[in-house]
Amino acid sequence: MSATTQSAIIPDNKLSLGQRFIKGRGISYIILALIGVVWIFPFLWMALGSLKTQREILAKPPKLLPEHATLANFTQWFTQLNFGSFFTNSLVVAVITVLGNIVFCSMVGYALAKMDFAGKNILFGAVMVTLMVPSVATFVPLFVIISNLHLSNTYAALILPFLCQPIGVFLMRQFIGGIPDALMEAARMDGAGELRIFFQIIMPQCGPALATLSILTFLSSWNNFLWPLVSAQSEEMYTLPVALSLYSTGQNATNYSVLLAGAVLVITPILLLFVFLQRYFIQGVAMTGIK
Amino acid sequence: MTKRTSDTAKGSGNALRRRRTLLAWGFALPFAVIFCVFMLIPLVSSMTMSLTDITSRDLRTPFNVNFVGFKQYLTLFSDARFLHSLQVTAIFVIVGLPITMIIALAFAVALDKGLQHVNAFFRALFYAPVVASVVAVSVVWRYILQADGLLNSLLAMIGIEGPDWLHDTHYALPALMVMTIWRNMGTLMIIFLAGLQAIPEELKEAAAIDGASEWRTFWSITLPLLKPTLLLGAVLLSVAYLQFFEESFVMTQGGPLDSTLSAAYYVYQKFGFGQYGIASAASWVLFVIIALVSALQFRILRSDD
Repeated sequence: MSATTQSAIIPDNKLSLGQRFIKGRGISYIILALIGVVWIFPFLWMALGSLKTQREILAKPPKLLPEHATLANFTQWFTQLNFGSFFTNSLVVAVITVLGNIVFCSMVGYALAKMDFAGKNILFGAVMVTLMVPSVATFVPLFVIISNLHLSNTYAALILPFLCQPIGVFLMRQFIGGIPDALMEAARMDGAGELRIFFQIIMPQCGPALATLSILTFLSSWNNFLWPLVSAQSEEMYTLPVALSLYSTGQNATNYSVLLAGAVLVITPILLLFVFLQRYFIQGVAMTGIK
Repeated sequence: MTKRTSDTAKGSGNALRRRRTLLAWGFALPFAVIFCVFMLIPLVSSMTMSLTDITSRDLRTPFNVNFVGFKQYLTLFSDARFLHSLQVTAIFVIVGLPITMIIALAFAVALDKGLQHVNAFFRALFYAPVVASVVAVSVVWRYILQADGLLNSLLAMIGIEGPDWLHDTHYALPALMVMTIWRNMGTLMIIFLAGLQAIPEELKEAAAIDGASEWRTFWSITLPLLKPTLLLGAVLLSVAYLQFFEESFVMTQGGPLDSTLSAAYYVYQKFGFGQYGIASAASWVLFVIIALVSALQFRILRSDD
């Protein structure tokens, strides 16, 4: 098409809106919009279903909109299914995990980026190993260890293994590596100790990286499934995905109106975060995926 | 560690270096402790456990078990269900991966050019499933795919009688794949978009001036330059697909007739039955496969530099 040659002659801002629409491939946007509706439809169908009554949800053929929209499915999560407890567990675990990663990943990242020391390669290798080992490879012995430390079915079991994740270490190492040494040298001249340099010079510079790190960590903690499923053994320790999965595979497997309300409750907090902090989510993928 | 010498100048240099090393390890201490307790020890004990007859009865006395050599591995590889789970996992990766990549590449190319704000909107839209919990979307898709669900109602409107997707041994795995592709496409799309935007515009313009069609430019200029990004995406996603578990857990419980029993699900089932020895052996087999694929990833990354 002529889009490329045209762009060489006429700058963007000289074109009318219509021309820009054509130049921006109007037709492909229409196709993308149609695909987009289909793509996002499972979420819409979930939201609509969560508002339907048990009778409506079984209607054949299914109706698009609920005729008697109800919040009863949500009320059931709050009154009979301990939603408050599941939500609190998920939130506590995610928030502490994020805080831990902010401090610990930055610390290792700083050592790896700015210090020269014996055993640096070993440390780097350890981060690499952590990155490569999937949770399915370690959860069985981890369960045995946690049981023998008398930590099974506690917050500690849900949080401790995830307090310093390799993706975060790489992210912080890369970012801190880009901070000029002159800043640290100047502080050293003024007699600042290493801890002070780290907390007062390095950390305040890391804002954007820490934002990305927090989002990534929160997301992976909120959606984490295998380990919470294994380590939380009684209902009061269930996180949201564990509670939803066990409800959905038990005797209520076909109680779809309540199940969909549960799915809405799990997905909505993350979707809201995504809508408002989209930039950091996408930066995170690009940063950790590429480098 | 650093050697002590009587030479004072060298000694002070060593002392400085020792101090720096101590300091650096101080900063690395939290990571080091977490790594040892929750990664190194489990990894080593997983290997050890796979050589013993440990079961859930030995949970409180993990050292009081019998060494059985490679018996667990022999049992494992003579278990038709395990071999079947490897096969299911392989099909899932070999079929699911290329399809995900082609779709992601198509979206990335479509969103590479044009109006920035509109592109950002679509990018977010197509990325959205990635941030949603697999458990939650599995519940939603199970509802869509049930015998008289949304999909079959839509198919009925155009005169097709759809199968009971998740209860049919032929359709359950493909149905799971479609959902997984839908949920993971966004990650690759973002990675490919970053790759596309790193390709210098002049190259494409030069090709256009030489009279190459847009299609030709894509095949001969864009795609070869994108190769490292494509390979990286392939490896990242295959590592994720090799571990698929939650989709089966929520949507089919590995059924019908084990048609969606993944290797990771097999490990989880053996763990659930309390057979920790065989579960560890199976997890090691899966881990070695994943490590080999990851090793490939690092080779690709290094040849890229």
